[in-house]
Amino acid sequence: MRKLILVIVSIFLLAFSANAGSNGELVLEKNKQTEIKDCFEKLNRATFSFNQSLDKTIIKPVAKSYRKLPDPIQRGTSNVVRNLSNLITIPNNILQGDIKTAFINTARLAVNSTVGLLGTIDVANKMGFPKYVKEDYGQTLGVWGFGPGCYLVLPVLGPSTIRDTAGSFANVLGGDPWYNASVHGNNEFLSQKVYLTSKALSGIDFRADNVESLDNLEMNSIDFYASIKSLYTQDRQNKIQNNQRGNIEVLYKNEEDWEEIDSQ
Amino acid sequence: MKKIIIFLFIFNLSNNYVYSIEPDIFVQSTVNRASQILSKNITKEEKINELKSIAKETVDIIGVGFYSLGSARKGLDENQKKQYLKLFENYFLKSFSSRLAEYTNPEIDVYGKEKINENYTIVNSVLSATSNRPEVKIDWRIYTKNPNNPLIRDLIIEGLSLARTQKEEFSSILNSNNGDIEVLFKTLEKFSNN
Repeated sequence: MRKLILVIVSIFLLAFSANAGSNGELVLEKNKQTEIKDCFEKLNRATFSFNQSLDKTIIKPVAKSYRKLPDPIQRGTSNVVRNLSNLITIPNNILQGDIKTAFINTARLAVNSTVGLLGTIDVANKMGFPKYVKEDYGQTLGVWGFGPGCYLVLPVLGPSTIRDTAGSFANVLGGDPWYNASVHGNNEFLSQKVYLTSKALSGIDFRADNVESLDNLEMNSIDFYASIKSLYTQDRQNKIQNNQRGNIEVLYKNEEDWEEIDSQ
Repeated sequence: MKKIIIFLFIFNLSNNYVYSIEPDIFVQSTVNRASQILSKNITKEEKINELKSIAKETVDIIGVGFYSLGSARKGLDENQKKQYLKLFENYFLKSFSSRLAEYTNPEIDVYGKEKINENYTIVNSVLSATSNRPEVKIDWRIYTKNPNNPLIRDLIIEGLSLARTQKEEFSSILNSNNGDIEVLFKTLEKFSNN
């Protein structure tokens, strides 16, 4: 029973980390904007309301308090959780066939975990390593051609899809070395508590970075639920397609709706 | 006759030179104007009003309005279109200006542009980091059909399109109400009046 609870909590926390930390996915045809089906809209909206209440009463106040900590502590925490995320990113780099990036991220993890004092300092960044891009199992499923399935709002964790939630299960089924070492590692330094704390910190760190932007979005939305769904969808789409600067044709061409509108 | 032709040729050249506005310069100039307003020592309401007048000049509100409506725009009659555009303008100006008014003295630097076709150029910029938030990349979709009067059609913040988000919001409201456009009209009106 204890193990089951741990798995459920871990999935929630991992999914939160994945969604919040801005790793995302969505399977779409290349260059085509597709709205994800909201098969469980009523339930999703109810869960969304619950999450908003939880956010207002607990998560946001904690995130605001976190922001009052000295900068080096916040930056160090952020670096540690980001460094740990390499342990999920690297296998996904390999599964997506991006061996070169897997090597770079392995070197990044090695440098930051040693010279960078267990990841508190991003030494690799100072050394000029390429910008770090998180990957997860949901993204890999997307790259492999799996569709997103229906949109889901998970309790506590927020926006997801059937595919992304399924991808999160891979973490606790052996896909996350940090989880394996913490929960099954049988060593004196790591434990379930350490693992869960690291995931909670990842979520708080993300929330702290987005206090104003989410407030602003909520205040200026006529349907906040739909805004979050749209932003999540776009984010996942960009991440699965690895859209970045320099890839402007993928981002901005073939948008038929704009072409039909002529106001001049 | 030859002189007239030369005159007309040069006039035409100078005309293009004087009035055609490069999209990146247009964006930087718009951003600078907005920054000046945001750093003024005036009330938030005054800032919002001044930002609204900049938005009216520089944003293709009609284009964004029809885009936001998606396929529903095809089902509107002329009266409904007029009503919608009026409601949308009020909604858009309030939403857009209120979002911007939250920033104080933002520093945005334009650093690149790419023409994607005759009608659109994407201008790249970056909003400098502060102690409360990291650096933010912002792309601007500029409608350049009339090169003398470029207009903003979308802001893409870290790859997330504001216009698309707005369109999906509208679509959600319509889908939840059996496509009833009057519900959307009321929602827009309510937002603007609040």
